[in-house]
Amino acid sequence: MNDVISESQRPRGLAIFHIDTPLLLGLLALMGFGLLVLYSASGQSQAMMQAQLIRLGLAFAVMVVFAQISPLTYKRWGLPVFLLGLLMLVAVLLVGEIGKGAQRWLNLGFVRFQPSELMKLAVPLAIAWFISNHNLPPKLWRLLLGFVMCVIPTLLIAKQPDLGTALLIATSGIMVLFLAGMSWRLIVFIGALVSSLLPVMWFFVMHDYQKRRVLTFLNPETDPLGSGYHIIQSKIAIGSGGLQGKGWLQGTQSQLEFLPERHTDFIFSVLSEEFGLVGVVLLISLYLFVIARCMLIAIRAQDSFSKLVAGSFTMTFFVYVFVNIGMVSGLLPVVGVPLPLVSFGGTSMVTLLAAFGILMSIATHKRILASS
Amino acid sequence: MRRQREAIQDHAAEAQLFKRRALVAFSLVVLLFVIILFNMYHLQVRSYHEYQTRSEGNRIKVVPVAPNRGLIYDRNGILLAENTPVHSLEIIPEQVADLTKTLAELAELIEITPEQQQSFLQDVQRQRRFNSIALKEQLTEQEVAVLAVNQHRFPGVTLEARLSRTYPFGDLFTHSIGYIGRINSNDLQRLREQDLAANYAASRDIGKIGLERYYEQLLHGTVGYQEVEVNNRGRVIRTLRSDPAISGKDLILSLDVGLQLTAQQALEGLRGAVVALDPRTGAILAFYSNPGYDPNLFVHGISSANYNALLNSFDRPLINRVTQGIYPPASTIKPHMALIGLDQGIITPTSRIWDPGYYQLPNYSRRFRNWRRHGQGWVNVYGAIIQSNDTYFYDMAVRLGIDAISDSMKQFGFGQRTGIDIHEESAAIMPSRGWKRARFNQPWFPGDTVSLGIGQSYWTTTPLQLATSTAILVNRGDSVVPALLQGTRFQGEFEAKPYQRQPAVRIQDPQHWQVILDAMEQTVNTREGTAFRAFQGTSYSSGGKTGTAQIVSIAQDAKYDADALQEQHRDNAMYVGYAPAVDPTIVVAIVVENTGGGGSTAAPVARQLFDYYFSAGVNQ
Repeated sequence: MNDVISESQRPRGLAIFHIDTPLLLGLLALMGFGLLVLYSASGQSQAMMQAQLIRLGLAFAVMVVFAQISPLTYKRWGLPVFLLGLLMLVAVLLVGEIGKGAQRWLNLGFVRFQPSELMKLAVPLAIAWFISNHNLPPKLWRLLLGFVMCVIPTLLIAKQPDLGTALLIATSGIMVLFLAGMSWRLIVFIGALVSSLLPVMWFFVMHDYQKRRVLTFLNPETDPLGSGYHIIQSKIAIGSGGLQGKGWLQGTQSQLEFLPERHTDFIFSVLSEEFGLVGVVLLISLYLFVIARCMLIAIRAQDSFSKLVAGSFTMTFFVYVFVNIGMVSGLLPVVGVPLPLVSFGGTSMVTLLAAFGILMSIATHKRILASS
Repeated sequence: MRRQREAIQDHAAEAQLFKRRALVAFSLVVLLFVIILFNMYHLQVRSYHEYQTRSEGNRIKVVPVAPNRGLIYDRNGILLAENTPVHSLEIIPEQVADLTKTLAELAELIEITPEQQQSFLQDVQRQRRFNSIALKEQLTEQEVAVLAVNQHRFPGVTLEARLSRTYPFGDLFTHSIGYIGRINSNDLQRLREQDLAANYAASRDIGKIGLERYYEQLLHGTVGYQEVEVNNRGRVIRTLRSDPAISGKDLILSLDVGLQLTAQQALEGLRGAVVALDPRTGAILAFYSNPGYDPNLFVHGISSANYNALLNSFDRPLINRVTQGIYPPASTIKPHMALIGLDQGIITPTSRIWDPGYYQLPNYSRRFRNWRRHGQGWVNVYGAIIQSNDTYFYDMAVRLGIDAISDSMKQFGFGQRTGIDIHEESAAIMPSRGWKRARFNQPWFPGDTVSLGIGQSYWTTTPLQLATSTAILVNRGDSVVPALLQGTRFQGEFEAKPYQRQPAVRIQDPQHWQVILDAMEQTVNTREGTAFRAFQGTSYSSGGKTGTAQIVSIAQDAKYDADALQEQHRDNAMYVGYAPAVDPTIVVAIVVENTGGGGSTAAPVARQLFDYYFSAGVNQ
């Protein structure tokens, strides 16, 4: 067994820089495809392409830096960062700045900052630290505490309101608990509990705009010019793309601006319209490849903490993809979640690549961990 | 050792547990991706045609294109109705960040009245955000210039140019040409009934009265279509296919601007009507009702203040006096009456009666007076016409009887529409026994017939009827239908419009036409003639007949004050005439309301028209 480990630990290729080559190639392929689509979706805007390239470069740098840091460090800093993040979330609700109708930003004087982005990393790190301190599967009270650690930031973010991010953070926390071996009986029980709580959420927690989104999701055609417009136009874009698509830069739904938010949340519709089912299959294959590679990293990881963190990040990444595509294709209600690595967008891209950096760190720091 | 082994075992178990869970999670990933792909397959392959159609429906709009309306010219090619570009200031609310601020800034550049602002804001409420809404129409050239220079400051604010109908001669042709106005719900319904609504898909205006209405279908043209690609705001990105609109046909009228102006000057300050036509064809040379009004006011929607002023004016400018003015014909029909008398053998060219200054029915005490109080003594048909003897015609009318008069006069077109090419025409009244029974539920009394002889009693006519009936006299029976339109022109090709004819009036002895025409010529040429003074010293020969109609009110519900009532009681002056005396080429009918004698007031108007007609060579 030792032989196997040392065999797989021998640094190969980019691994000496703590870079996982297959994952890197997968990410680059996605980004390349994404840029191609964005060029069309932005209406061939040079400025937007430039901004996105700068952002990708920055995010890439963050990824490389995060990959250099040992998983041990992450394990050590998980909880403090989590607590700091919680404080900042509370601060956001009290003194935060409002952008696009939601209170998400914290002005630290020199930089505007979204604490919820920090929590995307901190929540799984902290919960994984908490759970992996003892044998798996965790005891019930540990699970409950872990659940509380996940619920508090989720509610704070949902309150901003930012349903999309809240959903992702809840997923990241719950995924840790699930991967840690939370019993199936408990899962079924919680499932039943949640479905019975849904009506309570509807009447006491959800904002009007969120309820409207759900209602239009259930039947978009009832309000074709109001909130159903987005979904209808998006489905028209996707459906009219057909098997082979209308061709790059030729999508009428997107080029003529029938499609809303075409360069951000609805960029998948642009891709579907211009590249057809062929493009969709290619994109999904790339995502599946990245997810599979990350899952492999998680499975091969040395210790439980690393496994849980890697698994959680992977599944969160998947949820990004699934929620976005489900949303624009009418399978899920409209929740503001970008298509990872493809949508035009700032902070979330950096956070996402930071998570991939941590995954690469886990993939490439095995020897050090084993020897410690 | 043991503890360490346990730890390793635990570690292995944990790894196994995690691996199982990870595989479950990954299976979930695969499953959900499969669901997504299945959904994509459903959308992009199985429902492809549905979404393809909806996508096309989104982007392709068929936009109708309005044709250019045909122009209207007088007989010499002078433009009477044209299409001139007008600019309007329009705003697309969706593209304006701060509407209030924009309005305030625009108001600094050009004058915007509070009403314009209010109606604009109302439209903004009613219409879709991406629709262009007019803030101010009919911008002056200066306003257009100011706005064009500053346009970069106002995104979403546009200057729209449209062709708009203008009538350069203002009130000179209102009653003949009429005007166009916005298509209203009545027009729309009529168009739908006639299955023409599609042709008006892009049109804003339609002919409301006059020739503009009568020849609407010639003038309007055929709508065109453009298949365009639009973006989500409805903005046209490019044209995919187009089917150009076909302009309407130009109308060439037989009217003459100079003759019209002569009529207008002659009637200045008076209420009255002038119509002149070519007796050979029915081509109308002059058609003028005074006072007129400016048709340009109606094109963009007349203000209620302006409209009420027109409606309540004592002079009633809205009435087309040529075809809708209802006047007793008075003595102008004496030539017709004499012709019927000759034809029926009631009189001969030489038979005479004694005029004591009045006429009395046998067994009745009422005396019907001649206008010449002391009588004319022995008088024959010539003298009766030349001096407009009433007694002669009282006597003849009684001997003809109502039935013969009514039947014969209808052949001359009295009591019927002439069929002129505008819709605003009244038939007026040629009374008969049946008519009186139906109208008043009374029998016809002999006394009614007496005053019929001098064109009074229940008998009414329009000036146009007088002109066409006089044309029948000079044509010796041939009856024309008066028409304003000479022909149409389309893409440079002139197409004459054939003139119509009515059944000719036949008499037993055609020599009798000459008797009447001689008498009419002598009315003008002999010293005793009622029109002698008006036509003294003309370079051309002419004939005619004066008329002076007693107390009159033309059909309109109107209130008069005391002063007005008196004016309204004064006689109407009438004249029918033709020239030259041999083979006439022009016939006129003149009515001047409430001014007195036909010889003194109406005949001079005819003289001015004839003078212009011959000096300018109008009809050569």
